[in-house]
Amino acid sequence: MDKIRFATVWLAGCSGCHMSFLDLDEWLIELAQQVDVVYSPVGSDIKTYPENVDVCLVEGGVANEDNLELLLMVRRRTKTLISFGDCAVTANVPAMRNMLGGAEPVLKRGYLELADTAPQLPHAPGIVPELLDQVLPVHQVVPVEIYMPGCPPPADRIQAVLEPLLRGETPVMEGRDMIKFG
Amino acid sequence: MSVNTLKIDGQDIAVEEGATILQAAREAKIPIPTLCYLEGVSPAAACRMCLVEVKGSPKLLPACHTAALEGMEVSTNTPKLQSFRRMNMELLFAEGNHVCAVCVANGNCELQDLAIRVGMDHSRFAYRFPDRKVDMSHPQFGIDHNRCILCTRCVRVCDEIEGAHVWDVAQRGEHCFIVSGMNQPWGKVDACTSCGKCVDACPTGAIFRKGSTIGEKERDREKLSFLVTAREKQQWTR
Ligand code: SF4
Ligand code: SF4
Ligand code: SF4
Repeated sequence: MDKIRFATVWLAGCSGCHMSFLDLDEWLIELAQQVDVVYSPVGSDIKTYPENVDVCLVEGGVANEDNLELLLMVRRRTKTLISFGDCAVTANVPAMRNMLGGAEPVLKRGYLELADTAPQLPHAPGIVPELLDQVLPVHQVVPVEIYMPGCPPPADRIQAVLEPLLRGETPVMEGRDMIKFG
Repeated sequence: MSVNTLKIDGQDIAVEEGATILQAAREAKIPIPTLCYLEGVSPAAACRMCLVEVKGSPKLLPACHTAALEGMEVSTNTPKLQSFRRMNMELLFAEGNHVCAVCVANGNCELQDLAIRVGMDHSRFAYRFPDRKVDMSHPQFGIDHNRCILCTRCVRVCDEIEGAHVWDVAQRGEHCFIVSGMNQPWGKVDACTSCGKCVDACPTGAIFRKGSTIGEKERDREKLSFLVTAREKQQWTR
């Protein structure tokens, strides 16, 4: 059997879910023997998201145009997309800006009203991605196969989701150990 | 006192006249999920988590607020009820702003517990992200309306146990909020005795003690039943 083509991406998150993934410690060695890591900010150097990915962990909500573009590509090229952590599942802390309305009031608040010196709105097309008006959970933008809440999901939960997938089974997302938020 | 016999999930149960379906079920150790229900104060039927099916009734009925009548046939856990409960839970999360990761009640929240119990791993409803306020004007306590689910437990304990009636529900529909005094900052309401019963009653992280940070909210729910037993039965036991 071909090895499972495995990827991880992070969108608008703090990278904490990826740090929790690294907390899998020695199990990572086992995982590495069973999968090909084809794209991951913590596990590979490849810059473009490849075709034919079997499983992808998506950390973070969708907050800007870069996030959106990457997520759409991930969805097109991935069989099993896992919404990984509270920011992906609920938009979580990044979405606390949604209460201010759109992107403009958020930028004004951050870069003009609260600026100590030289208040200025960031504008660098092609370099700094434009903010979307609202930060959205992943499943509000593309369909998702598996939801893994947690801020971050503990390493045990990540392992309990990946293990059945490696055997070709679907993990059962039930009970405090698997679906507690926060 | 007369006794009514009814069937809950196929089990024959006899209860005193005047008992609710919820009380009958609890006596028979049949679990019905509840959120706004609080032992010792009047039922509000606000959260709709305890809805049950009663044979012959076209509507789902709240178990906490429906009398257990002679000959009733009640179902508490049909697939329809399970799917409604999960949907109800998703709506509660989508309605307010629940950021568990930075909440005082994280890990000690009845809303979170119930979400796990009904199997909610995400909300199918779009989050509303309403603009809600935080009131930190009370010297000891704070209220964060972002996390309020309008269960009215605070309203009922403050009125019925403490007798201060600081809280009420203002506005209607999506604009509803829990209001202190005559829509004053909580710290300005003279009626508040700072007893802390609302902190103990609040199922979420909406009302909390100042100085508690993420996951630090503790509540003494037993204190409320202790007070009620003491008052009603003159038994000072805990
Ligand atoms: S009140 Fe409960 S559900 Fe809401 S944010 Fe706090 S811990 Fe989460
Ligand atoms: S502290 Fe006591 S008196 Fe004050 S609002 Fe809460 S329950 Fe009412
Ligand atoms: S403040 Fe707490 S107790 Fe009061 S209605 Fe809101 S959630 Fe319920």
